[in-house]
Amino acid sequence: MSASDLSILPAPPLLILAMRPLPLAPLQPLLSFLIASIVRRHRGLFVRLGAHAGKTFGIHPTDLPFAFELAPKPDRPRLVAVRTLSKGLDVRISGPLGALLGLVNGELDGDALFFSRDLRVEGDFEAVVALRNAVDDAQINLVDEIRSLLGPLGGPFEIVFRMALERLRETHEERGV
Amino acid sequence: MELVCPAGTPAALKVAVDAGAGAVYCGFNDETNARNFPGLNFSREELIAGIALAHRRGVKVLVAINTFPRAGGMGLWRSAVDDATRAGADALILADVGLLDYAANKHPKQRLHVSVQAAAANADSIRFYVENFGVRRVVLPRVLSVPEIAAVTKECGCETEVFVFGGLCVMAEGRCSLSSYATGCSPNMQGACSPASHVNYRQERGKMVSRLGEFTINSFAKGEPAAYPTLCKGRFATNGALGYIFEDPTSLDAAAMLPGLKEAGVSALKIEGRQRGRAYIEAVVHAFRQALKALDAGRPIETASLSALTEGQTTTVGAYRKTWR
Repeated sequence: MSASDLSILPAPPLLILAMRPLPLAPLQPLLSFLIASIVRRHRGLFVRLGAHAGKTFGIHPTDLPFAFELAPKPDRPRLVAVRTLSKGLDVRISGPLGALLGLVNGELDGDALFFSRDLRVEGDFEAVVALRNAVDDAQINLVDEIRSLLGPLGGPFEIVFRMALERLRETHEERGV
Repeated sequence: MELVCPAGTPAALKVAVDAGAGAVYCGFNDETNARNFPGLNFSREELIAGIALAHRRGVKVLVAINTFPRAGGMGLWRSAVDDATRAGADALILADVGLLDYAANKHPKQRLHVSVQAAAANADSIRFYVENFGVRRVVLPRVLSVPEIAAVTKECGCETEVFVFGGLCVMAEGRCSLSSYATGCSPNMQGACSPASHVNYRQERGKMVSRLGEFTINSFAKGEPAAYPTLCKGRFATNGALGYIFEDPTSLDAAAMLPGLKEAGVSALKIEGRQRGRAYIEAVVHAFRQALKALDAGRPIETASLSALTEGQTTTVGAYRKTWR
C-alpha cells in the first residue's frame, strides 16, 4: 500500500464509546515518558523547530474523546492529555487519529492530508509548518518509541498497536472511491 | 532521462535515493533558495552528509541557490555558491546572472544549471547563459508545449530539464509579484511564495477560509479538496460569478507525456515538492522510476494515480498539451 492510495478511516465507534468514561490520569505517565524519550532521541527536532519550540500545540484526534497539548520546549517538554483543548494555544491541529499517527510516522504527507481535508489547522501557520517539517525529518517511529518504554509489555503492545493502525487505514479501492 | 527528485530534509533525501532518484535537488536553510520554509532545508553539515550518502549510491546532488540576491546582500548568496561547491555538489542551480557570473569565474570546474526561476524560455536566451557562463543545463519554465520544448532543446546548446510532477506555477517564474504584493515578502528574493507567516485558515459558516496577508484567497465547502493559499490560485468573484481566473488549483502530472519528452530530446525530468513529506517523495519518485523503466523497455506507461497527493486532488498536463493557443 503506498501513500498515494491511503485514505483515512475514523477509529471504530465502539472503541470510542468504550474509551469515553476512562480517566485520563493513567495515560499521563506514558505521555510524559514518551515525549521525554522523543526529545532525547531526536535532538534535531529542536534545530528545525527553532523559535517555534516555545509555542503551544493543541492536537485533537477528532475520533477520540480526548486531545493532547504539546509544548516542545527542549529543556522542559510537555505532552498532556485533556478532555478539551485550552484557549490561547498557538496552534490547533485536528484530524482522525489514523491521519495524525500516519503524519508522525512519516507514512502520510501533511499537504496531502490538508488537500483532502482530513487535516485541519488553525492558528500560527508558521509554527505548524515548522513542526510538520521537523517531525518528518526526525523519522519518529511511534511504535518503537512506545515499545521501548513498555519493557516486557512492549511486544504485545506492538501487535495490538499495529493492528489498530491497520484498522485505521483502507485503500481507496476497498472503499470504492 | 535523469530523474531529478526533491528533498527538503536529509530524511527526504534518503527516501528519494532509496525510491530511485537519479539526482536529488535541495537547498540551504536560508533565503538563497526558493523553498525557504520554516523547519525545511539543509545546514552546511547536513548537505555534506547528504552528498556523501547520495554519492555512495551513485546519485547526484544538485544544490538550488535560485533566488535573486538583495542589493548589498551578495555575500549570503556567494557563500552559498562557495560552500555548495566545497561540499561536492554535482551542480548548482542558479537564476541570477550576477551569481552565475560569480560562480563561473570563482569555480570554473563547477557544473552550473539555469534555474526555472530565470524563466529562460527560448533558445536565444538560453544560449546567452551557455556562452557567457558555460551552463550545462537549463530547467525550462512550465509554459512550453512539447513541440516548443523540442525546438528549444534542438537549438539551445545545452541539456534541458522539465518538470513532470507537482505544484504548477504558470506565471513567469522568477518574475511573479503576486505574493510580494499580498505580503511584502518576495518569493524571488526571500524564497517563499505565500510565506507561512502570512497565511491564516479559519472556519467561517461551515467553510474553511484561507487568507494570505489581508486577502481572502479562497473558501472551501465541507469535503471540497483544498489548495495552497496562493493568489494565482485564488477564487475570485467576477461578473457575478465565483471562479478561478488565473489557475485552477491543480497539479502537474506529465507521466503520460514521457514518450514525447524523450523524443523531444529532454535530458532530465524534475519532480516538484521540496516542501513535501517523505511519504510524497517515496510515492512520486517510485511511480516515475517505474514509468521510466516501462518507457525504456518499450512497455506502455501505467500512470499510477497520484492525485490523492496533489493540490486540489486533480492533475493536468498543463502547457505540455496546449489547448488554448
